[in-house]
Order: sequence, then C-alpha cells, then structure tokens
Amino acid sequence: MELLLNICIYLPLAGIAALLFTRNEKAIKWISLVVTSAVFLLSLPLLFNFDIAGSATAQYLTVGEPFLNGLDIKYIVGLDGLSLLLFMLTTLFGPIVILSSWNSITKHLTGYYAMLLLLQTASLGVFASLDLIVFYVFFELSLIPMYFLIGIWGGKGRIHATIKFFIYTLVGSLIMLIGLIYVGYDAGSFFNDYAFSTDWRFLSSSEYQVGLVEQTWLFLAFALAFCIKVPLFPFHTWLPYAHTEAPTAGSVVLAAIMLKVGTYGLLRFCLPLFPNAFIEFAPYMAVLAVIGIIYGALVAMVQKDVKKLVAYSSVSHLGFVVLGLFAFNTIAVQGALIQMINHGLSTGALFLIVGMIYDRRHTRMIKDFGGIAKVIPVFAVMFMISTLASIGLPGLNGFIGEFLILNGSFHSEVLGSSVFTILAATGVILAAVYMLWMYQRVMFGPLKNEENEDLVDLNAREIGLLVPLVIFMVWIGIRPVDFIQYSEAQISQLIESSKDKSVAVKQNAIQEDLPEWANTLYDVTPELASEELDNERFEENENSEGLK
Amino acid sequence: MESATLLVALIVGLPLLGFLINGLLGLANPGFRNRKTLIGAIANLSVFVPFLITCYFFLNFTSETEPLISTFFTWIETGSFSVDIAYQIDQLSIVMMLVVTGVGSLIHFYSIGYMWHDEGYWKFFAYLNLFIFAMLNLVMGNNLLLLFLGWEGVGLCSYLLIGFWYTDMAKSDAANKAFWYNRIGDFAFLIAMFLTFQSVGSLNFQTILSDLSAIPADYKFWIGFLMLVGATGKSAQIPLFVWLPDAMAGPTSVSALIHAATMVTSGIYLISRMSPMFVMSPEVMIIIAVIGALTALVAATIALTQNDIKRVLAYSTVSQLGYMFLALGSGAFTAAIFHVVTHAFFKACLFLGSGSVIHAMEHVEHGLHEDGKAAHFDPQDMRNMGGLKEYMPSTYWTFLLATIAIAGIPPLAGFFSKDEILAFAFSAGFSEFAGPLYFFVWGIGIVTAFLTAFYMFRLTFGTFNGEFKLPNRIADAKNAAKHLHESPFTMTFPLWALGILSVIGGFLGVPNFIAETFTHQEAHINLLHNWLHNVNADFGMTLSHGVEWTLMIVSIAIAIAGSLVAYRMYGSGATEESDAKLAARFGGLYEIWKQKYSLDEIYEGLISKPLVRFSDKGLAVFDMKFVDGIVNTVGGIVRLFGSLTRYIQTGVASTYALALVIGVIIVISILIL
Repeated sequence: MELLLNICIYLPLAGIAALLFTRNEKAIKWISLVVTSAVFLLSLPLLFNFDIAGSATAQYLTVGEPFLNGLDIKYIVGLDGLSLLLFMLTTLFGPIVILSSWNSITKHLTGYYAMLLLLQTASLGVFASLDLIVFYVFFELSLIPMYFLIGIWGGKGRIHATIKFFIYTLVGSLIMLIGLIYVGYDAGSFFNDYAFSTDWRFLSSSEYQVGLVEQTWLFLAFALAFCIKVPLFPFHTWLPYAHTEAPTAGSVVLAAIMLKVGTYGLLRFCLPLFPNAFIEFAPYMAVLAVIGIIYGALVAMVQKDVKKLVAYSSVSHLGFVVLGLFAFNTIAVQGALIQMINHGLSTGALFLIVGMIYDRRHTRMIKDFGGIAKVIPVFAVMFMISTLASIGLPGLNGFIGEFLILNGSFHSEVLGSSVFTILAATGVILAAVYMLWMYQRVMFGPLKNEENEDLVDLNAREIGLLVPLVIFMVWIGIRPVDFIQYSEAQISQLIESSKDKSVAVKQNAIQEDLPEWANTLYDVTPELASEELDNERFEENENSEGLK
Repeated sequence: MESATLLVALIVGLPLLGFLINGLLGLANPGFRNRKTLIGAIANLSVFVPFLITCYFFLNFTSETEPLISTFFTWIETGSFSVDIAYQIDQLSIVMMLVVTGVGSLIHFYSIGYMWHDEGYWKFFAYLNLFIFAMLNLVMGNNLLLLFLGWEGVGLCSYLLIGFWYTDMAKSDAANKAFWYNRIGDFAFLIAMFLTFQSVGSLNFQTILSDLSAIPADYKFWIGFLMLVGATGKSAQIPLFVWLPDAMAGPTSVSALIHAATMVTSGIYLISRMSPMFVMSPEVMIIIAVIGALTALVAATIALTQNDIKRVLAYSTVSQLGYMFLALGSGAFTAAIFHVVTHAFFKACLFLGSGSVIHAMEHVEHGLHEDGKAAHFDPQDMRNMGGLKEYMPSTYWTFLLATIAIAGIPPLAGFFSKDEILAFAFSAGFSEFAGPLYFFVWGIGIVTAFLTAFYMFRLTFGTFNGEFKLPNRIADAKNAAKHLHESPFTMTFPLWALGILSVIGGFLGVPNFIAETFTHQEAHINLLHNWLHNVNADFGMTLSHGVEWTLMIVSIAIAIAGSLVAYRMYGSGATEESDAKLAARFGGLYEIWKQKYSLDEIYEGLISKPLVRFSDKGLAVFDMKFVDGIVNTVGGIVRLFGSLTRYIQTGVASTYALALVIGVIIVISILIL
C-alpha cells in the first residue's frame, strides 16, 4: 500500500518520460490518458483500505532517511482523514482534464500533456506529504506547470495573467518559507535530536508548542500564503485573470485542485501549529471570508464573461470554506472539508462546460448566446445540474457543505457571534441570483444569434467527462456520510487537541514576559489565564452568542 | 412494520422513478418522446399508486394512532449533528399526502390532454413527477432538514415549470423571480433551523416538540418569526407574494397543481406542524394573523381589477392563502388545513377550468389562422371571452360550482372552512394578548369575503355570460365562434371530479355547534377536528353558540351580498363597462389596485436595480482598479526600486573600484572614531 501511494504520485512522471519517445499526437494523448486513468484506478485501493476509525493517524506511511546530515528533513508521504478525499479528487480529475483537452489543444502537444502530468504529480504530492519541506517543494512545483499552461496555451492576455498568478503566489509562499524555516529550527531545538526538523508527526504532536509571539508572526506568514492561494478577499485579483486566460484544463485543475491547497494548508498546518493565533484571528478571518462571500457574489453577478463569472463565484464559495475552518468546531470544519470537494466537483464541471461551449463558438461572452437550450439539450441538462449544485440546492452536494458550515459557524464559540453566519447566508440568495441569471441569458430566451443555430450537442467523450462529476454531486448530496466519515474522527480530535494546546500554551505564557500587544491580543493576564477561567470564557461566549 | 416501510418507500420512490424514466429516456432517445401514451401512463401511475397507498394508510389510521416513522438511512452525521432520511406518517401528513397525490393524480390526468401537442410533453411529465416527489418529502419528512429538501425541491420544479416555455424571455424571467423570492424566504428558514439546532440539538420534529421548554422564549419568537418569513416566500404572503402572479406563465395545469393546490400551502403545513411551538409565542401569532389578513385584502383588491383570467385566479390564490395565515395566526391550525383542502379542490377546479377556456381560445386562434385570417389576440384576456357557457357546458358548470364554493355560499366547501377561520379570529379577539387586533383582523376577513364573492363572480360572468365578444373586438374574427368547442374527456373528467369535491368537501369540517344546538350535548361532527386533534395545537373556541350562529349568518350574508352585486354589474357579461364604473367610483384607489400597489416597481427601484448598478459600476470597478491596483502598485514599486538600483550596476570596473575605496574609507573611519 505504501508503494501504491508512491506509484500514484510518481506514475505521471513516468508518463512524461514516455511522452518523450513519441511525436505521434494520438500516442501522446493516449499515453496521458492511460497514465492518469491508471493513477485513478490505483488510488481506489487506497480509499477502500483506508481505516476509517483510525483516520486521525496517517496511513500508508513512507518515511525516508534525512536528506542532509543534521537536518531532519525526510521524505514522508501518507494519507489521513484530511487529505484522503482531496487526494482522491485529484486522481479523479486526472483523466478528466486529459480528456477535456482532447480536441481543443493543437499546439505543442508533448509539452502540454507533460505539464498536465507534472501538475498531477505535484498536486498529489502536496496532499500526501507530511513533512513541511516536502510539502513546500510540491507546493512550489505545482506553480511551474500551471505557469506554462496559462502562459503558452492560454488566451490573449495570457502573459499578464500568468505572471500575476506566478509572482503573487510565489511572494506568499516565500514568506511562508521564512516561517517554515523558523518552525524547523524551533522544532529541532525542541526535540533536541536535530537542529532542524520539519517532520509533521513531531510538529503536530501535543508536546510541541509555539510561543504566543512566535505564533502570531508565523500564523500571519503561513496564512498569507494560503489566503493568496485560496484566494481570500482581498488577495483574489489574480484569480479572474488566471481563470479567464487559462485553457480549460488549466482552469479546471486550478479551481478543482489548486485552490484547495490554500484551504487545506490552513487546516493542515495553521490550525494545529498555531492554535492560539488561529483562534484569536478567527473573527478577522471570518470578516474577510464573509466579505469574500458577498463581494464575490456581487461582482460575479455583473460579469459579462461566463468564465470570469464562475471565477468570481469561486471567491464567494471559498469564502464559505474559510468561514467554516475558522468557526473551529467539528460541524463547520467537516462542512468546510466536504465543501472543498464540492467546489472542486461543481466548479470543475462548470469550467468544463464553459470550455465545451468555447470550443464550439470561440466566445464566452454571455451576450453572444441566448436560447441555445433548444439546440443542445444534453448540454443544457448538464449545465443546469452543475448550476444547481453550485447554488446549493438540497439533494446535491453544495448544500451539504454550505449547511454544515453555516450551522456550525452559527454557534461557533471561537467566532463568538452568529452575525457572520447570517451575513454569509445571504450568499445563498446571491448565488441563486447570479447563477440562474447567467444560465437564463446563455440558455433561455429566443435564439438571437444565427451562429448558434448549428451548435452540436455534447458528444460521448464530453458526456463521459461530466457524468462522473454529476454522479458525485448527487451521491454527496444524498449520502454525504459516505464521504465525511473519512475525516470525522480526525477533525473532532484535531479540534479538541488544538483547543487543549491553546490553553496549555497560554498557561505557559504567564511566566514569560510577553510584549504588551501580545498580552492584549491573547488576553493573557495571570488571573485570566488559569484553565477554569478560560473555560468560563468559552461558556460566556456560548451564552452571549446566538441572538445578537 | 417492514411492509409499512416498503409502502412508504413506494409512495416516495415511485414519483422519483417516474421522473427518472421519463426524464432520462426522453433526454437520451428522441424516439421515446413521441410515445405519448406510454409517457403519460408512466407519469400518471407514479402518482396514482402512491395515492392508493396513502388511502390504505388513511383507512388503517385512527385519530389516536401513533405516528409511523420509517427510517431509511442517515443523511448527514457529524459532530453532534445528525439527521436521517426518515418519513413520518401521521394524521397531518396523511391529509397533505391525500391532497398532494389525489389532486396531483387528477391534474396529471388532465395534463395528458392539455399538453398532448406540446413538444416538451415528456419533459413536462418528468418535472411534474419530480414535483410530486419533492412535495411528498416536504409533507412526510420527519425533520426540518428533509422538509427543507422538499421545500427547495418544489421550488426548483416550480422554477422549471414556470419557465417551461423558456424561449419566451418573459416566462423565463418569471421563473427566476419565483426562485429568487423563494430563496429570500429560504434564507430565513435556514437561520430558523440553526436556532432550532442550537437550542434543541436536533431538527427532528418529535424531538423538538416533545420538550418545548428546552427552547428559551426569545428563541421561540425568532424561530417562529423566521419560519414565518420562510413561509411568506413559499406561500406568497406580504411582502414576498409578488412572484406568484407572474408564476402563471407556466402551463395551466402547473398553476393548478403547484401554484394553487399544493406547493404554496407548504408554509401553512410547516406552521401547523410546528403549531405547539407557535402557540407559545403570541407575538408571532398576531404577526402571522396580521400578515395573512393584509395579504388577503391586498390581493383581493388587485384581483378585482385584472382582466387576465389566470391572473385573477392567481391573486385570488394569494388572497385565500392569506385567509389560511389568518387562521394560523388565530390559533385555528385545523381550520387552516381545512381551507388548504377545500381550496385545493375549488382552486384546482378553477385553474383547470381556466385552462380549458384558454385551450379553447387558443384553438380559436389556431382555427382562424387555418382559415387564412391573421387574427392575433390574448387567449387569456377575459375581455375577448363572454358567452362561453353555450359552447363549453362542462367547463362552465364546474367553474360555476367552484366559484360558489370559493365565494363562501353554503353548503359548498369554501363556506365551511372560511366560516371556521373567521369564527376563530373573532374568538381570538377575546384573548388577553392583542385582542383588539384580532377583531381588526376579523373585520378585514369579512371585507375580503365580500370582495372574494364579488371578483370571482365578475370573472365567471365575464367569461361565460353574455355573448362571445371576440368577433366584435377583432376584425378578422367574425366567425370565431365556430371554432369554439368543449375540451376532451381527459380534461373534463378532472373538472367534474374537482367540481363535485368543491361541493361536498365542506362536510369534512361541519362545525360542532350546529349539532350541539339541536342535541344540547357535546358533539363531534367536525371530522377534520376529530382527525387532527392530537397533532394541531388549536386554540380553544370561546364563543357561545349564539355568537357562532350570528357570525355564520353574517358571513353568509356577506357572501351573498358580494355575489349579488357582482351579478348586477357583470351578470350580463358587460365587463368593461362595469369596470369603468368601478374605476370612476373608486378613483385613485382603483388605480392603485390596478397597478398592483406598484410593489414590483418599488422592489426593483429600491433593491434590485441599485444592487446591480452598485455591483457593476461600484464593486466590479473597485475590484479591478483599487484592489488589483494595490497589487499592481506593490509590484510597480518593487520594479521601480529594482530599476533604480540597476543604475548602480554600471558594469564599469573603475566605478566599482571607486565605490570600494569609498567603502573602505568609511569603514576605517568608523573603526578609528
């Protein structure tokens, strides 16, 4: 099984090697398809053999030797409840993005498919790695193929878009790298064995604590990188450019997989490593999340380009995820995790659909369409289901995530106010407004544009791409337990242990001489920091929230 | 119990199966779309069999039977939150299921004829079955979340069916409008669920209602109030009712099923279901009553100015739903459900009747075109009609019966339910909390009763009495009358079935005091009260028999007065002349009614247009210029800094040497000093 996990991650690299031996276009496509399909099939046993009860500990663990003497940087990969579904989502999208490019990409095929395969390895590696440095390497590695995908196979403004995407993300991750190195030395000295350690199993253990002052800076450094990636308002402006210029496959991977790295990073690293900062900054993050939800929806509403509209809708949807994470209770975090999957499925499907219509008409402007539901009925149905999933219709996947996030955040002790939830829930109304309005203008009404009269409905390949996604939309909508069970144990444990850790850190901080701002921020005074009083504070919050 | 679970699965599952078969086969195989008999049979059986099973449950239930819970699987479970896909069959859900599947079956049958020539026939039946599935989830779910699944599901079907003829942008606009206004209500419903879960820890009806003391009083108010807001969306009450009249853009059988008989009564069902909680917050109760009364009045005044036959019925529906809310707010939950049932009969009958008329008028237009005449007219405008009773006797008689029923003339169905509602409202006037307001609400109910009789007879007379007006209105339509004909059997049969139910439906709820007056002992002849007394938390009736008799006589007098005035003005079919007289009599007020209180314009002008403009000219520009501008500025500064330092990098060795010397001098001087 350990081997299988590694095969899944690196098989795409072998695929790239194979691509170098042929110049035949058909062979290139088929090799890519076979490789990604094989990865998907090989990843299934990882799902079926996963020990749900023990989801809190990483499974299929590979632990390598330290790369360098004296530095505890090891190749560690494995899957646990947080990463399993995202890993599976990535393998599922592998063959889908290859097939989506089948006829629409005509130049530099070898390079294109090599980039997609490289992206696959990088994305899988990001989710599987359990060493901070290894994570960082995969995190950065995923930028490179995306940079080229947008820059070479993108639309007219591709250069500006790809540079903005690349530099913006890179700036964030470089700041994270500084924080990461600090954590490595800090942990190394803490565990004494090494001068430097990034082994996630040590870092996430309950003994390892980061002091309050350090937590603040480190949290901000990590969170900045991840928030740019999410992207959280106001760090989102690279996204509309990247999405509109990227080729379909690029947009799909970007939306379905890469954006999730941001929210995944917040959950995986920021929450357990810096619990005090996570809790104290939660209301501020929630403010940004709620602004993102409403702002993204309103800006999406007035977009004239369908793809840009979907891009802004991502800002809105991922605002929900961030809100759920910072609500810091099992219900909301579970909701956030499943919503990452949901957003991947429905937005992935929407980008595929936009790509299909673009392939036919070479335009994505809403005004160029209208009334085409009659001409391409199967397309209309697929588009409608994805739209409904995206606006959170009960019975489809989006509702499950939104409901859990909102329900959990409504009585979140950490956020301390249900106003966040109430404001966020208006996003549910706005989503219906912008999505259905767009759908109407594209699909309904009289057929105005003559060029649309001869549109061809979806072919078997295109239907085949979308059907698996639709199946999962319905499946998650009706039986979400089949999916959220994988992370249930881990998340409730994670929340509890991080809460305990935050209390412990605070108690230790009493003896230290903290700067004034840290005392205020974390509310550390000798009287208040005792454990009983701290618990009381939680209860107070519980009582005073609700009907504000 | 096993077999009961199987039967429940069939009730819910068959409509879903019908949807999947017709929907998927129709989508995948264009040849299948022409097998109309087969499609119709599948769709009809998918509703009729559940109706039979529901009847079986009904016959095996008494008013004392414990609720039957069928749990299928866990839907969502995480942390302390858990809900099941589980259905609850009890007296209340059986009443609703009978209405949904019973009236649903009749309307499915009607649609075979009505939609036969439509190219979207298969799709229509798929949607209709999906609607029944969602509606059954709504009335059978044993928890709020499953109810909500049905709640949004029926909203989706409503959206799909209003916009069924989507090539017409106006119809598609109406569909969007319906979905959006409903979503506003759903937003409130969601918050109500969060509050419920926060205070009870469960969304299960039985758990919530078994220990209401667990819910703090202010929570009860907010949960109740937010559910009410949710209900004003779905059940078209002030301030969210404006979507329903536009929803008439859908095929007429949809208007009958979804926008009159079933979906729009969801809000009434929800509040009845939660009635033990609602009665504990009198503030919410009076708000419900006032909203209901105002809606009833406002919609009735609009109804009497409209000329589109379906729009009159739509406003009439809003008005009747207002009565139901008035009942809920007066603690007459059973009376509200009673009115749901009788309204389902007579309003479905009226809508199907109007469909029959529209069908005939469209046939006339079609016939004229075949004659080579270029006649274009609105087949729903009653000013083009008149005198149809000669040509369409079945439609006329059933329409008339239903009109008498809705007007509240005894002993037809509407009389009993409306009378009970008004009696309870009057009775609530004696309660300690907000008594005078309840009298006021009762007064509005009486005025509206007059208006109801008036506008309904105006509609009936205008459509069926006098002479056929079309030939005189349009030059090319001289021989239009020869194309008029009665609708086929598949359409007239449901009309008669519903017409008869409109006549006898009222005997479900004959007030007890009638028997008590004669027998001088306690009587229980009100079947619906007997049936629901364990489920609904009705207020007690405080009135003496004398007062009840007086109220009943008042409401009979009012109904007859309204009908007579309408007969005098419109009996000869002189619609336009009499409308002009009305307009002259009421002046500015009439104009307000005719403009529908300008609510659409107000909402558009105050909310939707400013919001779109703000997003378009404000936020979107702000996003590109300011938010992205900052990013670009930061990038620009870095680049500027880079390009400045570039000048130092001259590449000339002597410059570097000079810098080196200067550096050394500085360092040395620092060390020395």
